[in-house]
Amino acid sequence: MNDVWSWQRAAEALPPILEGFRITLLATVVGTAIAAVLGLLVALVRRSRSRWVTAPVGLAVEFVRSTPLLVQLVFVYLMLPSVPALVVGCVVLGVHYATYMSEVYRAGIDAVPRGQWEAAKALDLPRTRVWRAVVLPQAIRKTLPGLGNYAISMFKETPYLFAISVVEMFTAAQQFGGRTFVYTEALTMVGLLFLLASYPTSLLVRRLENRLA
Amino acid sequence: MSDNLSTLRDALPRLGEGVVVTLQLTLGGAALALVLALLLGLGSRAGSLWVRGPSRFVVEFFRGTSLVVQLFWLFYVLPVFGFRMESLACGILALGLNYGAYGAEVVRGSINAVPQGQWEAATALDLGPVHRLRRVILPQAWALMIPMLTNLLIQLLKGSALATYILLHDVNYFIEQLRRSTQDTFFSYTVGLLVYFALAYVLTLGMNALEVRAKNRLGSGPSLREVLRVAPVPATTRGGAA
Repeated sequence: MNDVWSWQRAAEALPPILEGFRITLLATVVGTAIAAVLGLLVALVRRSRSRWVTAPVGLAVEFVRSTPLLVQLVFVYLMLPSVPALVVGCVVLGVHYATYMSEVYRAGIDAVPRGQWEAAKALDLPRTRVWRAVVLPQAIRKTLPGLGNYAISMFKETPYLFAISVVEMFTAAQQFGGRTFVYTEALTMVGLLFLLASYPTSLLVRRLENRLA
Repeated sequence: MSDNLSTLRDALPRLGEGVVVTLQLTLGGAALALVLALLLGLGSRAGSLWVRGPSRFVVEFFRGTSLVVQLFWLFYVLPVFGFRMESLACGILALGLNYGAYGAEVVRGSINAVPQGQWEAATALDLGPVHRLRRVILPQAWALMIPMLTNLLIQLLKGSALATYILLHDVNYFIEQLRRSTQDTFFSYTVGLLVYFALAYVLTLGMNALEVRAKNRLGSGPSLREVLRVAPVPATTRGGAA
């Protein structure tokens, strides 16, 4: 067993991995923020009555949703050589997940009871106030667990950033493996770190779901 | 531009090979994932803690550790323990394990969503546990789970793009080769993304057909043949005698 797993090597691999963990968290937080805002915008635009607006946006969303994140990352990275890789990574993650999150928002907005719309209309509230004061607060409350789940899956997809050489947790492990020709400790620890971080968070989201439902 | 197109035309056989590899990964991974999802999903509902505990553990483990890490772990670390696998088997195994765990939650949720009365009715008819599941519960749960399984299948297709990094020549690899030969990033990546988009679309169509069939077998909704018929349904069934 000792020649397979060395605690000393594990200890050596840990500092760069933890350094990478910071980048992983940063990418997740920034990506989630972009996805949450852009997803809401997309959901609102897709409610437009004009087909000239909804059809192209719908096609774009469908396209981004059904093509690999990995390929999108490399594509944008190669097209914009002057933009730092981490920025490309956060933005592409954000845009990719915005297409998922827009569906969550759509479901949340649809779930606001009709009576609320009618009441807002009866009170003669202006359109912006109907959205800001009546519909969105109720819709977003319902969408929070869904957004949380997507934030967790984005966290687990940040290793894709290795393809554009952003040194997050997984890339750090990969590089350590490349230097020492032994991947065992570094890759195993990264996997366990992902589990360690994502499982408690998903339990938290589940509790949130029960609380808000 | 016309140069690009002629390069693409020359590369078409290689694109075909790439599509085959991507489809092998996707369909192989999906088959493994489906089997695992059913086993783990049913296991997660078992009464005995000895079955439920390990099932939950496996599901949470493979859902919690990233697909990328799993794939590279199977590729780089497993050989250290004396298991060396071909790249393709490695890819199928990683995709199947990861999405099987996600699918298990879908299976569990859909079975829970089958109304309680169905279980009671099956028990009242004195169906055995296997019969009850196979003839009554699963057909209904299956119709419920197909839309969610479609999403997972598309995710799996997208995940298969990782295969390039374990030395497989899939569609993603083809894109990179096309970029090398045309020197045109925008063109080659647009072509590649369109290929993935088309694959995802075909898979979605297939899954929709499965859903129509599953619903029809439950006695709700038209049959697949009726949906696919080009000509409108003849109105002879109504007042034919007049």
